Amino acid sequence: MANTARLISALADPTRRAVLEKLKDGPRPVGEIAQGLPVTRPAVSQHLKVLKEAGLVSDRSVGTRRIYYIDPKGLGAMRAWLDQFWGAALDSFKLAAEAEAEKFKKKDGE
Amino acid sequence: MNTQIRPAPVRRSIFVKVPPDRAFDVFTNGIGQWWPKTHKIGPADLDRPIIEPREGGRWYERDVDGSECEIGKVAAWDPPARVVLIWQLTPEFTYDPNLITEVEVLFTPEGDGTRVDLEHRDLERMGDKADAMRETVSGPGGWPALLQLFADEAAK
Repeated sequence: MANTARLISALADPTRRAVLEKLKDGPRPVGEIAQGLPVTRPAVSQHLKVLKEAGLVSDRSVGTRRIYYIDPKGLGAMRAWLDQFWGAALDSFKLAAEAEAEKFKKKDGE
Repeated sequence: MNTQIRPAPVRRSIFVKVPPDRAFDVFTNGIGQWWPKTHKIGPADLDRPIIEPREGGRWYERDVDGSECEIGKVAAWDPPARVVLIWQLTPEFTYDPNLITEVEVLFTPEGDGTRVDLEHRDLERMGDKADAMRETVSGPGGWPALLQLFADEAAK
């Protein structure tokens, strides 16, 4: 659950969103991610750490380099509760709508 | 940069054994019959949510003590085929007038009933609001509590 709070605060920072956008087209090492961003490479590393803790970004070693990539499961967590909410709400809606219909049928039959 | 990382919209569909006009009516005017009572904004117990039946109408909750809390607005009102609601609640169920996310609901005749397709989109805007939310979201009654409610609901 704490992970969810980390996720949304991670996304609130515009630089971190820019870092994420850099990874949109595929895995990249930190040096490439830092190119074109108005922050230092250590700062980018720090942002990557926050994104990683939030579950938005994962990394792996390729030789001596560390490659970062978007964790496809991370963004999903943000919408998970809405998905569950609407799922439960629509089930409840179906019951209400069909219960109404039953009432009308009974009235018609009388 | 005009490309953005954005979460996919939430999409849910359900089939109901009633005609579209009735499904539309229960979804909108009858929202008080099916909206989960646990999902409320105000401190008092929820009486029912209300959707004003017109474009530009309010979507709000009325509580048992008579108080009202905004949920959002009606962006499109096309009975019996379609309604578009503006959801202005943060993930911890507080109203934010600057947060605009859309919930489009389509009612399509199918067999002896209606297929209801719901899409909740623009969810990345909730991420933009996250800064203000950060302090409260992990506290009691925040997101974790809400998730627990869903879990309880799902287990029933």
